[in-house]
Amino acid sequence: MPEDSYEPKIIGFLCNWCSYAGADGAGMARRKQPPNVKIIRVPCSGRVSPELVLRTFMQGADGVMVLGCHIGDCHYGNGNHRTAKRFPVYHRLMDYMGIEKERLWVQWVSASEGQLFAEAVTQFTERLRQMPPMRGKLTTVPSPD
Amino acid sequence: MKIGVYTCHCGGNIAGTVDCEAVTEWAGRLDGVEVSREYKFMCSSLGQELIEEDIKEYGLDRVVVASCSPHMHEPTFRNACQRAGLNPYFLEMANIREHASWVHKDRSEATEKAMALTAASVARVRYNEPLFARLSPVNQNTLVVGGGVAGIQAALEIANAGYHVYLVEREPSIGGHMAQLDKTFPTLDCSACILTPRMFEVGNHENITMLTYSEVEEVSGYIGNFEARIRVRARCINQELCTGCGVCEEKCPAKVVDTIFEAGLGRRKAVYRPFPQAVPKFPVIDQDNCIWFQKGKCRACEKFCPTDAIDFEQDDRILEIEVGNIIVATGYDAFDARRISQYGYARYPNVFTALEFERMTNAAGPTEGNVVLRDGETQPDSIAIIHCVGSRDVRYREHCSRVCCMYSLKFAHMVHEKLPNATVYNFYIDIRTPGKDYEEFYHRLLEEGTVFIRGRAASITDATLTPEEEGKLIVTAEDTLVGRQRRIPVDMAILSTGLEPRHDSHEVARIFSISCSREGFFKERHPKLDPIATMTDGVFIAGCAQGPRDIPDTVVQGAAAAARVLSIIGKGEVEIEAAKAEVNDLTCVGCQMCIESCPYSAIEHLEERQKARVIEALCKGCGTCVAACLSKSITLYHFTDQQLVAQMRGAMDALFELVPA
Repeated sequence: MPEDSYEPKIIGFLCNWCSYAGADGAGMARRKQPPNVKIIRVPCSGRVSPELVLRTFMQGADGVMVLGCHIGDCHYGNGNHRTAKRFPVYHRLMDYMGIEKERLWVQWVSASEGQLFAEAVTQFTERLRQMPPMRGKLTTVPSPD
Repeated sequence: MKIGVYTCHCGGNIAGTVDCEAVTEWAGRLDGVEVSREYKFMCSSLGQELIEEDIKEYGLDRVVVASCSPHMHEPTFRNACQRAGLNPYFLEMANIREHASWVHKDRSEATEKAMALTAASVARVRYNEPLFARLSPVNQNTLVVGGGVAGIQAALEIANAGYHVYLVEREPSIGGHMAQLDKTFPTLDCSACILTPRMFEVGNHENITMLTYSEVEEVSGYIGNFEARIRVRARCINQELCTGCGVCEEKCPAKVVDTIFEAGLGRRKAVYRPFPQAVPKFPVIDQDNCIWFQKGKCRACEKFCPTDAIDFEQDDRILEIEVGNIIVATGYDAFDARRISQYGYARYPNVFTALEFERMTNAAGPTEGNVVLRDGETQPDSIAIIHCVGSRDVRYREHCSRVCCMYSLKFAHMVHEKLPNATVYNFYIDIRTPGKDYEEFYHRLLEEGTVFIRGRAASITDATLTPEEEGKLIVTAEDTLVGRQRRIPVDMAILSTGLEPRHDSHEVARIFSISCSREGFFKERHPKLDPIATMTDGVFIAGCAQGPRDIPDTVVQGAAAAARVLSIIGKGEVEIEAAKAEVNDLTCVGCQMCIESCPYSAIEHLEERQKARVIEALCKGCGTCVAACLSKSITLYHFTDQQLVAQMRGAMDALFELVPA
């Protein structure tokens, strides 16, 4: 397959209150972005367990985005503090499984930062285009049940 | 499993970029999908009826609507499901408008993304479980934060409806910025004259507890059941005894520059009321400037007070109140003109800010309404009014402050009235007069002989080039209508400073769990359709705290916020989100990791059984405990692992089918 036909498959876990609303804001302002990120709404970025991230990679995703409220702006007070603290955990697990840590993008995006969201999507997609696809790297795919 | 999928065209909003027919056809082939339809506007009553009829006819047990953001129409479609007898949580939305059609140009790309998002929702909805929203009673009290005209209006509306209001104001008196103004545009009403009756009404209202010189420190709880901690700062005045006679103020020897009410133009005493019509009438002792507090002697006020109302020992009081709803109307800060050094504010004495001039033209102000230079006596012959100071400038504030054009015109009118021989120059970028009778006011000023120069003033300087400029301030600007650089010598310059968010708006937003827009104004739930509510249910915003606006708009928004609160109070109870966490008692090992991660201390540890238990009333459903649990023993309803993994796999499987790697 020619190198240039590869389009990274990205799953984004976005917190309902800030980042999902930020992505909506990007839509309302028609901020163009690559179509690679498929968004899944979670109540809080703190809900995104390392397990969920790994499962997404195992499913063949080339990249995973975890976006939450800025520190201090969390709808739940400090749910995103857990996300921040979990960051090294994500990385260690990814390292253990042989996934480059560049494939995970964690960022704080507020509800008013539609432009920032579109930029993050663009940059992350661009970064992953420079990396080989994930498909085939991980073979065991556990059932969701 | 019988799933119904409904793809919305949203007129051309979605169908313009996404091939809705292809999405509908694709969705129809997905596992478990019984019917797949497309419709021009799913949110219309016909669209909703379509879903309701299908639920009944085909016996659908799950519904997916591929349309706009769930923030927009999730309640709409949940209600449609409920009307047809389906549990509302059996609905899932795929956001193919904000996240697809609006952000992509390429039709095939946008269509593929819409397909993947729809497939993800179809895969997820299979695992959705029926949930039941809990009804919670609404406390009938309301907390209004900010005693400016927005807060006053909101408080009066609610209090007049018969419900109790706590009105909290940081300054010693309510009134806000409006109380400082001289005249209001375009009617030239005396600002204080129209506001003070409202202030007295608030002060005397049996349903309003006014807490001035106070600040909200902490808020917890949820819609209908908030708890707030308020610090009532020590006034050092016994309000039971004080009659508001003002003798203390008269006798106090400590004079300080009043940077708040007089905008730095006048002075006040250390014991003071900001202005004569202050509500409440009680003064406060400003401890930072009081000689007794700073140096340990004086007590002149105490000696002269006829009712022994001075109480130096008074401490701050902490008040805990319970309210059902909150209106945040904390207003704005005026742009600090010192930031634009080329305008020379605070360097050249005769450069004034708008608020200073507002106080100057006010008959109750420091100059008793005389327009004079900083020396307090010389009348200026020529005045320059510089528009857009800090506004419409990418270096400072990008937004238009909406009121400056109009108040600048008002200033020009005031000068013409008070100094008929003076020349007034307005330096403007555009004259913006959107409002009832505003444009007419502009025409009136054109007739009154105000000079309008179209061009942003470049600088104000005292460096003279010609003998005529000697001793004057020279405003330099490009007159873009003439296409020439101009130097206009004037005696006085007024900077029409813009409105910006309160310096502490981010901290205040945190207290109320609301967020700020990029500029720092409070963010509304929807910029067009819900500029009053916030993402936190039960917390509403009004006035300039949400964005710059003039007095009528502020009053409207204050009343609107009150109407929203009253509708919640009237309903009596609110539905509380059913998405809560639950611990599986069989697998919990009692490690207490979840307890540490919970932002609400909503998980307790049952000592004797070594198990964790979620206290349902406290749980807000964030799910951090789920991610923290090592034994996979916690489920967050509506966001279970099963549901999220299914959604993710649905998207991935669709992607591999659509765009093979």
